[in-house]
Amino acid sequence: MSTAQATSKAAAAIDNARAEGRAALIGYLPAGYPSVEATIAAGIALAENGADLIEIGIPYSDPVMDGQVIQAATTEALAKGFTVRQVFDVVAGITSKTDAAVLVMTYWNPVVRMGVDEFSRRLAEAGGAGLITPDLIPDEAAEWLAASDKYGLDRVFLVAPSSTPERMQRTVDASRGFVYAVSIMGVTGARSTVSTAAKDVVAAAHAAGAERVCVGLGVSTAAQVREIAEYAEGVIVGTALVAAIRDGGVDAVATLTKELSTGLTREDA
Amino acid sequence: MAHAPSGNADNNATEAFLQGGSLRHAPGPYFGSFGGRWMPESLIAALDELEETFEKAKNDPDFRAQIADLNKNYSGRPSLLTEAKRFAEHAGGVRVFLKREDLNHTGSHKINNVLGQALLAKRMGKTRVIAETGAGQHGVASATAAALMGLECVVYMGAEDCRRQALNVARMELLGATVIPVTSGSQTLKDAINDALRDWVANVDNTHYLLGTAAGAHPFPAMVRYFHEVIGEEARAQILDQVGRLPDAVVACIGGGSNAIGIFHGFLDDPSVKIYGFEAGGDGVETGRHAATITLGKPGVLHGARSYLMQDDDGQTIESHSISAGLDYPGVGPEHSYLSDIGRVSYEPITDSEAMEAFRILCRTEGIIPAIESAHALAGAIKVGQRLAAEVAETGSGTAQDRIVIVNLSGRGDKDVATAAEWFDLLDKDSAESEIGKEGEQL
Repeated sequence: MSTAQATSKAAAAIDNARAEGRAALIGYLPAGYPSVEATIAAGIALAENGADLIEIGIPYSDPVMDGQVIQAATTEALAKGFTVRQVFDVVAGITSKTDAAVLVMTYWNPVVRMGVDEFSRRLAEAGGAGLITPDLIPDEAAEWLAASDKYGLDRVFLVAPSSTPERMQRTVDASRGFVYAVSIMGVTGARSTVSTAAKDVVAAAHAAGAERVCVGLGVSTAAQVREIAEYAEGVIVGTALVAAIRDGGVDAVATLTKELSTGLTREDA
Repeated sequence: MAHAPSGNADNNATEAFLQGGSLRHAPGPYFGSFGGRWMPESLIAALDELEETFEKAKNDPDFRAQIADLNKNYSGRPSLLTEAKRFAEHAGGVRVFLKREDLNHTGSHKINNVLGQALLAKRMGKTRVIAETGAGQHGVASATAAALMGLECVVYMGAEDCRRQALNVARMELLGATVIPVTSGSQTLKDAINDALRDWVANVDNTHYLLGTAAGAHPFPAMVRYFHEVIGEEARAQILDQVGRLPDAVVACIGGGSNAIGIFHGFLDDPSVKIYGFEAGGDGVETGRHAATITLGKPGVLHGARSYLMQDDDGQTIESHSISAGLDYPGVGPEHSYLSDIGRVSYEPITDSEAMEAFRILCRTEGIIPAIESAHALAGAIKVGQRLAAEVAETGSGTAQDRIVIVNLSGRGDKDVATAAEWFDLLDKDSAESEIGKEGEQL
């Protein structure tokens, strides 16, 4: 992975968890769902109940990597008038109250529209750790590589079961903070079992030199968290948390986070 | 017109031609600063496999022979080049020739691309193809190719489009395809592409995404163009044969831009030929209800490519509007964005009203009912013809009859009869067709 890891907020959060003998928990929430205030409150609840990193999604008109639960949430946020610059309010609202590393997950066009440098500057100013970019591959990321270096931001690229060894190496080399291992060939959404492919993807990323690999897509229960915590540095939960805030608000997010975090401790720790 | 003042188009093109050599056969992934692969990592391996298979196939005499055979004996190529003498009277009196893609099997240029891609799917060992469709033309073409080659076919179509194009849904089902109504997002063509991409991510091992236009991630823009290049190659040879010289202008309609890039390609390296793309101006570009992507859009990334894009200040895609479902797309192929920026092709909007007037004129003067998409090209040809005639009058060199315009008549209008009948108020108020037409008009 790239240099400047010493300044990586995401890496520091994962390393803190590792020092406690456990994997890190990363929780996803879409900004502005059901409101900007609720996202901030839910983000704080995530951090206070066991999440080490928080991933705030920017609602986007064409979310090709998202399943129905997240699509419905982000579509509603947009219908209620969410604007991209509000994501910085959400990030600042959470980082001012917690120690959690806060990353923004975004499809690339909203960043392009604002300007990659300007977006990066404002994210850093809000206390954000960096970006997770589901539809940006390192091959197209020259502007973002430069801006993330300039503002000291983490850049989390995705690797997948279909990634070739060459692409795995390239993506691991370009990433900073951690590498996001997609557990399954598909879109976001709760699944009853974790694909066996996940373990192989993580192993391939480790073999390519990644020190921190976190697994996402389809993870919704403490048992699944426990399974992944055995071989990955972090576990990412999205859809289950979105369903929780939809059905039970901030309290439900707190309860689910507490439950999920029971799966983090490794049995050999 | 925003990016390509027509007065400079041919000068700039000449310059590009002299400096950079040929504009033809641009291989991608980039066309200037446009194109690329703005896609999830999960799909990159499939794009690599497709690119490799396509590059090999292009250079394989067997593959080229298969395509040539299908084009001739299945699609009915070469399509005719028909002089439209009575229509031409409305275009300043210049000579107008129609490239008759409407005469192809399935009724439009779409068949060229689906046959090529279905062959590639077979080469890759894929057993299933998926496609997106707006009005249903590409869905019908995909279902056709899948039936011919024994592939499973699933077509994603906006739920609202399914309802107002019920007959096209039935056509696809008759051909053995499964049509899935898309209820996500704005439930339009762009959302059908989103759902097709979601399907592809989950089923990429056995599935090829048969994208219907010259947009998307590399290699789609260059590959879809390749399968449509036959349009321009035929048209160029036919005009030389019939008239003995190149045309003064070539015009086509632009949604994603596949028929246009196909015919343009034959003439890109002929600096004397002016090239025009006509976008859907909807209710008028000043109303905000249009699909004039290059005219008014800004560069952005959507569905895998950097290109001009209809988007708001936040980078959210704006819904497009056009009477023509086939042009109703907020993006455009990246090669068109490039050809606009370098000034080789001029892109202009045509309103619904202008297109429908040209539709009416062609029906009455030539006995040809065009697709409403193609009617945008016809309306453009009227404007270009009148400009050429005005030039002739001004310079006093020759007559309008010495000027030649080729129009790509990309499809036939059978599918649009209900919409047109409603537009021209030909239906009884309470007829079933009247209801369908009303819905079509609201596209």
